[in-house]
Order: sequence, then structure tokens, then C-alpha cells
Amino acid sequence: MPKRTDLKRILVIGSGPIVIGQACEFDYSGTQACKALRSEGLEVILVNSNPATIMTDPETADRTYIEPLTVSAVEQIIERERPDALLPTVGGQTALNLAVDLAEQGVLDKYGVKLIGASVEAIRLAEDRLQFKDAMRSIGVDVPESSVVKSLPEALEAAARIGFPLIIRPSFTLGGVGGGIAYNIEEFREICERGLKLSPVHEVLVEESVLGWKEFELEVMRDIADNFVVICSIENIDPMGVHTGDSITVAPALTLTDREYQRMRDAGRRIIQRIGVETGGSNIQFAVNPKDGRMVAIEMNPRVSRSSALASKATGFPIAKIAAKLALGYTLDEIPNDITRLTPASFEPTIDYIVVKAPRWAFEKFPQADRTLTTQMKSVGEAMAIGRTFKEAFLKAFRSLELGSSGRLVGQGAGDEDEVSLQQALGIPTDRRMFAVFRALERGWSLDEIHRLTKIDPWFLTQFQQIVELARAIEAVGGRDLSDDLLREAKRAGFSDADIARLAKIDEESLREHRREIGLLPVYKRIDTCAAEFESFTPYMYGTYETECEAAPTQKPKVMILGSGPNRIGQGIEFDYCCCHAAFALRDEGYETIMVNCNPETVSTDYDTVDRLYFEPLTFEDVMAIVERERSAGGEVSCVVQYGGQTPLKLALPLQAAGVKIIGTAPDSIDLAEDRERFAKLLWDLGIPQAASGTATSPQEAVEVAGSIGFPVVVRPSYVLGGRAMAIVYDTAALERYMRHAVQASPEHPILIDKFLEDATEIDVDALADASGGVVIGGIMEHIEQAGIHSGDSSCVVPPFQLSPAHVATIRDYTRRIARALNVVGLMNAQFAIKDDVVYVLEVNPRASRTVPYLSKATGVPLAKIAAKLMIGRTLAELGLTEDLEVSGSFVKSPVFPFVRFPGVDTLLGPEMKSTGEVMGGAESFGSAFAKAMMGAGQVLPQGGTAFISVNNRDKAAAVPIARDLARLGFKLMATRGTAAYLRAHGIDAEIVFKINEGRPHVGDELLNRRITLVINTPLGRESFFDDKTVRSVAMLQGVPAITTLTGAAAAVSAIEAIRREGLSVKALQDYHQKVG
Amino acid sequence: MVFNTSMTGYQEVLTDPSYAGQIVTMTAPEVGNYGVTTADVESRDVQVAGFVVREQSPIASNWRAEGTLRDYLVSHNVVAIAGIDTRALVRMLRSSGVMRGVIATGRVDPEELVDKARKLPRMEGADLVQTVSCLEPFDYVPPEGDALTLAPSRRGKRRLKVAAYDLGMKYNILRRFAAHGCDVTVYPAKTPAAELLATKPDGVFFSNGPGDPAALDYVIANAREVIESDVPTFGICLGHQVLGLALGARTFKLKFGHRGGNHPVKELRTGRVEITSQNHGFAVDPDSLPSGVEVTHVNLYDGTIEGLRHASRPVFCVQYHPEAAPGPHDADYLFAQFLDAMEAR
Repeated sequence: MPKRTDLKRILVIGSGPIVIGQACEFDYSGTQACKALRSEGLEVILVNSNPATIMTDPETADRTYIEPLTVSAVEQIIERERPDALLPTVGGQTALNLAVDLAEQGVLDKYGVKLIGASVEAIRLAEDRLQFKDAMRSIGVDVPESSVVKSLPEALEAAARIGFPLIIRPSFTLGGVGGGIAYNIEEFREICERGLKLSPVHEVLVEESVLGWKEFELEVMRDIADNFVVICSIENIDPMGVHTGDSITVAPALTLTDREYQRMRDAGRRIIQRIGVETGGSNIQFAVNPKDGRMVAIEMNPRVSRSSALASKATGFPIAKIAAKLALGYTLDEIPNDITRLTPASFEPTIDYIVVKAPRWAFEKFPQADRTLTTQMKSVGEAMAIGRTFKEAFLKAFRSLELGSSGRLVGQGAGDEDEVSLQQALGIPTDRRMFAVFRALERGWSLDEIHRLTKIDPWFLTQFQQIVELARAIEAVGGRDLSDDLLREAKRAGFSDADIARLAKIDEESLREHRREIGLLPVYKRIDTCAAEFESFTPYMYGTYETECEAAPTQKPKVMILGSGPNRIGQGIEFDYCCCHAAFALRDEGYETIMVNCNPETVSTDYDTVDRLYFEPLTFEDVMAIVERERSAGGEVSCVVQYGGQTPLKLALPLQAAGVKIIGTAPDSIDLAEDRERFAKLLWDLGIPQAASGTATSPQEAVEVAGSIGFPVVVRPSYVLGGRAMAIVYDTAALERYMRHAVQASPEHPILIDKFLEDATEIDVDALADASGGVVIGGIMEHIEQAGIHSGDSSCVVPPFQLSPAHVATIRDYTRRIARALNVVGLMNAQFAIKDDVVYVLEVNPRASRTVPYLSKATGVPLAKIAAKLMIGRTLAELGLTEDLEVSGSFVKSPVFPFVRFPGVDTLLGPEMKSTGEVMGGAESFGSAFAKAMMGAGQVLPQGGTAFISVNNRDKAAAVPIARDLARLGFKLMATRGTAAYLRAHGIDAEIVFKINEGRPHVGDELLNRRITLVINTPLGRESFFDDKTVRSVAMLQGVPAITTLTGAAAAVSAIEAIRREGLSVKALQDYHQKVG
Repeated sequence: MVFNTSMTGYQEVLTDPSYAGQIVTMTAPEVGNYGVTTADVESRDVQVAGFVVREQSPIASNWRAEGTLRDYLVSHNVVAIAGIDTRALVRMLRSSGVMRGVIATGRVDPEELVDKARKLPRMEGADLVQTVSCLEPFDYVPPEGDALTLAPSRRGKRRLKVAAYDLGMKYNILRRFAAHGCDVTVYPAKTPAAELLATKPDGVFFSNGPGDPAALDYVIANAREVIESDVPTFGICLGHQVLGLALGARTFKLKFGHRGGNHPVKELRTGRVEITSQNHGFAVDPDSLPSGVEVTHVNLYDGTIEGLRHASRPVFCVQYHPEAAPGPHDADYLFAQFLDAMEAR
């Protein structure tokens, strides 16, 4: 029994929106924690601003608050709910920092709320670099030499003492924001200045470089009785200097002798004791000098983390769930191991396979960003793969990344790369370095040389060399002479059929046929925490080429849900949320559910979510092999492809062609909606207006099409998500430039060209449709920003706040007719634009969309779950849904951007999606809801001060009422010359300020002097591009809201007004939707 | 044929005399990565009869490495095989129990090999200690400690003299005694107890070793004499089984034994859980314990006895390996506990 009987109600804090460094791993851990606490009979109160999470489903907690993660909002929640305790360790650094703030501001004391899992002292000790180092020394654990400084002169002094290269780490910033590596005094000065600014306590650590040392992590746990276990060791293939989130990592550690490993384990125990984590899990990072084995502790996170999610998936040991139970006073030996059932959680998992994690970056979205990998994390997602050998896991991880032809490791071709540039590509860690390693190996560079440049351990380099040699052997013999032995060796080393076919110059499908003939098929092994020492009861599996298969498929009818793979911009947690809901719904309906996914951060890859989990890459080869294995016992396998974004959609047609039953909307309908010409014809037949459009496969054709449509046009490749390579083009020259770039991006598919509807209002609709023609509209979401900004980057509100009833009726009508015409069964998303009183269809996607979770939270109706039931033949009427859904109150979704990670990248929005996550704000009025959404997204709207306004000529007239409102609300106005003159002409006084290139003090100076509290800046066009960009960048670094659209500005003004008028209150989802929960 | 679930420490496993006569497979699939080093050996030779892995490392990558695992096995004339579905093998051993096995290459007839395996002597009733025990007594001279050596929780208040029965003793037991400030004299397994006791040791130790404890009547007889002398006595693994037998308990063969570095063991007095290093195929039968013998530790996986103590005499022993090597150091306190017992006299 738990020792603590004083706890009845627990407040759990989530991690907020998905940002770089904090992704869906915290939905996984938070959901696990909530479930674990409730299973112990506790009431859970949850707060998280991110609606696209399973944890904010009303079923996950007793009371669910989708509210900003601020002290004032959480204090209101505490006041209403009176929890006994707060669990701050499952919501990332965001939750820890918020817990510290709540404690420091006396909120926890005031309401008698205890912190469980980690104390404020432990959080501080782990986070404060100086205290941490002292603590380490006091327990005999070595640390790099360092100095904590609070000013530049102090920093320079430290640099002189320790010597270059130096690592700079600001205190208390998430994922190391603002940190860096300096090789010279200039770089050092720059990074220190930035770090001092970004650190909330204006403090940075200047540290001895351990660059190039080997990097290891331990995931450890401790209980109230001081029992200690290591769940997993992780070795980073990229040595020290690259953030572990940006490193390719492997579990278990592979190059440590037992004596070295045990020394690390001993240090881990002392560290968690010394930091004072009484119960729960921690992540500890170590560096080991490859020359003499000197080991230093780098950092410790007294909470669950991205690495602990990885460790949980890598071992089958659910760290967050166990941590939650430990927080209640259980000891490890009192908690059973779910997988073996008979043995307790007080053990150390041992694994008989190798796990490799590979990060995925989004630099293609931020061409100006520096691709160098440093101590500051830049990747947006990751894929994990499991194999019986390192080579197999490594190659599976890389194909899981879905990088297309740019993801090829072997046979990249030499190109015209010279020696020096290859040396550079090896020496400077970037997202492309691993590919350079393989090019160097293919050129025959020695391992010593590659090691010298990359510092990657020779053991890994030798493995890569073996891969290259195998590839060479296949290439040399070619398809006709490819022996079964060599084929078997290649498959066992993790080569995909596509790799082998390409190298041997044969057809992939006939290769697969040959494999079937000779019985060279993957088997599935179980992940069981114990290397088969005990029987496992959870079908959590990975594929490999061995002799014995443990899949043991059943004869039951089953539905396989294909997940969305690694997170990327445009395809993130929203799709994982939908996949989980499909699993929940279909399990309810009595189907055996099977999940296939390769993203370790997710809830979908929790073995609790589905009946059978395959942790495998989402390629046709891997998915089809699972289908064949699952079918082998006689149970029919149906497949859900419309929930995981583009990843499974790309597989829909090939799977169907291979005889797999796809449930829900037919792949042909999905294709029809994607195919510009077919879709245009459908709309024409339906009499529904669409912006003029065409397709082109060559630059000449594009120019012709654009000419007939008329500029401006929106151009994009077909079959992309998140507006990849999407652009608005105003003239022929720009179009030609674009075509050269974009056609490269997607050679198989034509380029879509649409008339761009300038200044149109954009609307998103999600609808449910059943096989009998029933259609229910889930919600009509009005974008705050006008058309032209990617819908994922636009704030939106439900219900619409400015649409006329007539337009709403038209949108409903169009949506219904299109859904019926496409024979949609399940979910459909449609985007509309209204310009000059006409409703146009922009696009229709008969699949789960990014807005489904948000809309489900706003309406209280789980759309994805219902849609899954429709797919297996239920009707809307049967499920009690006959009317379009309504919401009570107003719900705003706002995007969150990663710009702070990419200094120098413009924050201007466009048709290419750039946001990583979203938040929701709910309230009675639009203004309050928008204010909450902005707050949730980290934009604190000022209540006074000076607003800086600079808008382009087209926007000047529309800026007048906004300026007038701001003045009325007591803001002082500041404007550039042109804008100020225009405002004065309309009777509004504004102080004139220099543009950055006009003289000093200019607007940048005023921002730095903190005279400006709000920036409204619409793009002025090419000539002043750099000026605008600087203003926006400086504002961002100063934490001043910078709004780049006038509709956004108007919404911000109404939000400021609403806060004044109403203040902000909090409300649980269960109170919005009385029928749920 | 047995399996070991440690993810590191293959060299310690290979050289552990308790594995004499056994073919060992590691559940960890990548073996040999960090090579071999003389500092990590647990006895004077490679002891396993054969070694089975999924994937062998082509190189040795570690600052401590002196050579590759492959060369090491070749130079010690130990047969090894790679490329095996070791997980399938482990599952077979788990469900059918440990069995006799043969490693062969080339054109072989499976039937013939099975026949060959069947003809091998069984582990039950086998005295393998004779093959691994030292031939002459010697005083242990410890090597220099290094940065990787665990600091002991305390050292003896005076130099303590330990007389150790070598039933196949791992070097790290000796290293741990030395680290705790003990001088150890090592005796062949057959040395009469009287001879040991005549040297007036502060404590007597019964080491780990291979085979069936019940076959060791001469060691059991010596153990009885030592117990009755009231000289503080400590035993590890086979030593623990022998002491159990000497105290009047019985032993039995486990289906597939405990071999690895992750078993949880609970110390009943404190309730603390230790993660332990394990290597044994036999265990003391809890139903056979005479009165006056107390169970101090149990295995949380299967409830088997992991530690015993005599209620009135200074005798205690554990089934697992507090000296680790390979494995966690959680149970190193037992050496200090032996210091306590010796100093109390």
C-alpha cells in the first residue's frame, strides 16, 4: 500500500504546446501518470494548454483545464480545486519551472499544496549549474571545470582561466536555448551576451570543453525507501557538443566495459540521492574521455524527459507510470512489472536487441537557419528503431525518418564534392553529417581519418563500414547473381528491399517475391524487459530476420492503425492523438487493435494503447510484412490510413493494390481530392466555386497557367502536408525561380497553381460522414489571419466571430455535398475562403486534420473516435449524432513557433507552415479566449505602454481603427514616418521613430530599451525586408509580442480589452461539456 | 548450455570458474565491442566450455582494450559461435530448462550431435570444483587499485586474516577483501579444516564455484568443522550452498538458474532491495532449513533463498555475488558486514 494516505486530489501540470525540446513525450508521460494516479483511487486535476493531447481528453483526468500555464491561471485552478499535492515531474521543464514559480510566489503554501516527486530544492539544485557542480564534487563525482558568471567582464575572465573551446550555457532556459560553443573570443562574446539576456536570472555557465568526448545517459529511478534502479543506458553516437536531442543515440550503451558502466551506475545512485529526488525518475548525462576513461557528470534532470520516454519504449519499462506510483509512497518492489506480471518493478531491464534513435530536423522550413548542431536542440522529431544488431536498428531508424531520396546512406553517389568540403561536412556536426560519413566510407577514407574529424567512436564507424561493404558487394554482383546468402546477410543487417533493389538494379517487388519463395521473411520478437528470462504478456514487438517468430497472431478480426512516424512540422501530435482515438474506439467495438509506428515520443506506441504494438518503420515493405504475419492465423486485417497524416496515406494505394482492406474513405476518393484536375471537375459538377487553378509539370507550363489565371498565385507540389515548398508568387520571374526549386522537391507529382485570394477570410471545417450519406459538421473555424498564411500557422476560433449567417449556411451546404460526392466515411477537412462575398473551396482532405483534437475539446465530442466507428460501418444516427455540433463559449487555437531556436530566421508567416505546436484558449467571449490563447502561446499581451506600428501602404487604412482603439485603451503610439503621418492625418497622435536604416535612436534601440510593449508590423515588401526582419527578431528576443497581420492585431486589441473588462477566469472541460467526463 | 542476461561484462563471465564445463550464451546481442583486458579477468583462464553470441565485434574499441574478443577466445582455445538466434535459444532453455549441448560447424548430422550431447555427463552430482580449485595454498597479492575501483564503505580497523576455500573463486572476491583491508590466504578445496583453523584466521570464507554442491561431501565436512569452531564464516554462491548443506539444509537444481546482473534481492531485515549479480544453477531448499538458520535475503523474481545467517554462530552467506564483476555494486556492504563479524571477536 502507498505509505501516503494524506493525498486525495493531485494536480498534474502538462508541458504545454509542442516546441523544439518538448514534444509529445510529455503527453505520453503525463497520460501515463494520470492513469496511474487514478487507478490508485486518486482524483486528478490536470492543467495543460495543449488541446492536441490525450492527457487533456476529459476521460484522462477528473478535472481537465485547458488553460495557459501561468502562475495566475494555475493559482485560480488551485483555488477552485484545492488539490492536496502537485506532481510537477511529468510536464517537462515547463512544469518544473511553473512549480518553482508557484512555490516561490507562495501559492503552494497559501493553499496547502505539497509538491510530490521533486522538491523545489531538488529542482533548483539540478538546474543551477554552480550548485550542481558543488553538489557533484561533494559526492566525489567529477565535473568539467567551469565558472558561473553574471556579466560579460566576468565571462571574459573565466575564458582566460579555462581556455578555448568553451561551452556557454544560460541558466534556466528550456532545452539549452541561448547556449553555444565558442572557439574564439568573438564568438564567445556574442553567445555570452545572448545567453545572459535569455536566462531569466541573467546568468550563464562558462565551462571547460569536453567536445568530442563520448556521451552517455542513464535513466534512473529511486523510491522512498532509497531503492535505486537503472532503467536504461543510452550512448550518443554523436559525441559531446551535440545536444542529446539532436544526437543519434543507441541503447544500451555499447562501448563501456562492465567496470566503467558500474562506475557510472554508482555515480548515478549518488547523484539522485544528493540532488534529493526522493521518488521518481531522473535522466543523468555523463561524458567519458575516450583516451583515458575520465568520466564527468554533465547534467541531471529530476523528472521524466524525452530520454525517459525513449528508455520506456526501448525497454518496455513505463517510467512515468512507475514514477507516479512512487510519488504516492509505493516502493519499487510493491509495483508489478506489467509485461511479466509475476516479477516486480524493482529490477533493471535487460535487453536482447539494439535500439537506435535518429532525430528529424525541419531545416527545409528555415533555409536561413544555421544547420550546425550545438548544445541547443534544433530537431523537431525523432524515429526509433529496434533490431537484433546495431546495423539493423540503425538502418531501420534511418528509413523510419522518411527522408525520401535524401535519406539514403549507401550509394549517395560522389557528386562533385571535393575533399575539403567533405572534410568540412565531417568536422562540423550538422543534420547531414551522418550522410557525409557514409560518403567518406564509400570513397574509401580510413576509419582513423573519419574518427579524427567526427570523433565518432571507431566501433560505430566499423559498423557503418560493414554496411558500406555489404552495399558494395550487392552492387558488384547485381541482381542476377545476388546469392541467397548475401541477400540474407543484407536483410539481417537491416537493408530494406528498396535499398537492395536499387543497389542490385532490380525491381523491388520481384525481389520481395523472391524472398517469399525462399522463405526469407521477418520474424517478430517481443520487447519484454528481461531478455526472455520470463514469459511476456504484452504483444509489443519489432521485426527482424531470425529463426523464431513470437508474434503469435490471433484469429480475431483486427484493425491495423498506421501511425504518423517521426514528428515534423505539419505532421505532429495531432495525428498521433487521432491514431490513439481510433485504437480506443475500435477496441470498444470489439476489434483487436494493432498499431504500427516508429515514434518513441508518442502515446500510440504505449503498449497500453492497443492490443498489439509493432514498433516498425512505416514503409510499404515493413507494413505489408506485418499484415502478412497477422493474417497468417486466419484473422482478417483491415487498415486505417486516414489518421496518421501523409505517412500512411502514401501507403494507401499500394496496400490496397496488395489486397489489404482499407476501411473508411476509399483510397480512390482520397486521391480524387488530391488530384487537382479530378477534384476541379467534381466541384464544377457540384456547382461549387473554386479559385481558378491549374497544374504544371514544367516551368513553361507554369508560366502559361499563371498567365491565364492571373497573378498572384499560390504554388505547391501535390501530396504534401504542412505547406512544404508552398509559396505565394506575384510575378513570372519569381514563378520561374520557384519552379526550378519545387520540381526538384517532388519530381513524381505535378505542381499545383491556384489563384491567390488576397485578403480573403479563411475557414477550416471538420466534418464526420458515414456510409449512408449522413454528414455532421464538427465545427466551422474562422482563421484570425487572412488567407495566404498556412492554416497550421493561423490562429482560428470556433464558433466563427465575424462570418455572416448566410456564409455559414453556404459553408455547411458545400461541406455536406462534397462529403457525399467523395463518399467520405470518417473524417473530412475542408478549407474555404471568402472574398468579395463569395465562398470558395480552397482544398478538401478526406482524412483526419490538425484541427480534430482542438475541435473535439471545444465541442466535447470525440470526433476521431466517432469517425473510427463510422469506418467500421456504424452510422451517425446510431451514434446519436444528427445535428451539427455546437460549442458553448468561444475557443481559440493559436500556433507556437520555433523562431527563438533559429536566430536570423524571419518570423514572418506565409503559406509554408512553420509552427511546431498549438495551444487553446477557451472563454465566454472571443476576446478573452484569444487573450488566453496568446498567453498559452507565451505571448503576454501588454496592458499598457507603447505600441509600435509600422504597416505597408495597403494596410494603412485598416490600421487606423486599431491605432484608435489602442490609444483609447491608454497606449502611447509610436510609428515610422509614413505610418505616423497617415495616423496623424486621421487625428491619431503617434511619436515618430527612425527605421533601423534611418538613424539613431531607431526602433531597435527603443525595443532594447524596453520602451515598446507591443509591435504591429506588416511586411513592407522587398526593399525594407531586412529592416522589418530585424525589428521582428529583436522583439522576439525581448519577449515583446510582434504581430504581423492586421486581423491579428485587431484580435489582440479585443483581447487586451477583454482582459481589462472581464479579467481572466478558468473553467474545466467537464464544466463546459456537462455530458462528458 | 546456460544463458546470461548481463549487458556488459562478457570477459568476467568467460573467466568465471563457476561456468566451468558450461556453454554460455549472452542475451545481449552485440558482444566483444570493448575487447578484452587483463585487468578484468576473474581467474587464470577462460573457463566456459563454449560461447554463443548473436553478433561478434570485429574490433575492440575502448581505451582499456588489449585485444579483440575473437583473438582472445582463439588464443585460449575456446570454441565460440556467432550469428545464432540467441533469443530463440534462451526461450528454449527457459521453457525446457538448462540442457547439455554441443557446438559444431561444417557438415554435421543433427541426430549425431544430439546423441553426443546426451552422452555428456549431467551437472547433477558432478564435482567440478577439483578442476578449478588452486593446487597449493597461496597468499593473495592485490594489484594496484585504479580509478574504476569501487571505494569500500570502510576498511578493517586492523589487518584481518581471511582463510579462503577456493572452490573456483573469482578474483574480484579477493580484490574486494583486499580493498576492505583483509589479507587473504587461498586454500585448495580439499584442505582439511583443521589445517586452516590452525593458522588462526580472523575469518573463513567459502567461495563460489561450479557444479552440484551436494557432490562436495569433503567441502561440506570442512564447512561443518569451521562452523563449529565459531570463527566468523562467510560464503558466496557455491560457498553459500555448501554452508547451507553443512547446516543441515538440502539443495536442488533450478530449472534454468539465475545468471545475470539484474535480479532484485530483498534484504529482509531492512526491506532494502539490491540489484544483484547472479550465477547459479542450484539453490538451498527453503523447506529443508533447520531451526536456528535464518533466511536473510530472498530473490524477488522467484522467492528463492538468497542469503542465510546462523542465529547463534557468526556464520552468514549469500547465494548471489556481492563482489559483482560483472554487475552492480549494491551488495558490497556484505564485505563490511564480514569485517564487523571478524572485528567483533
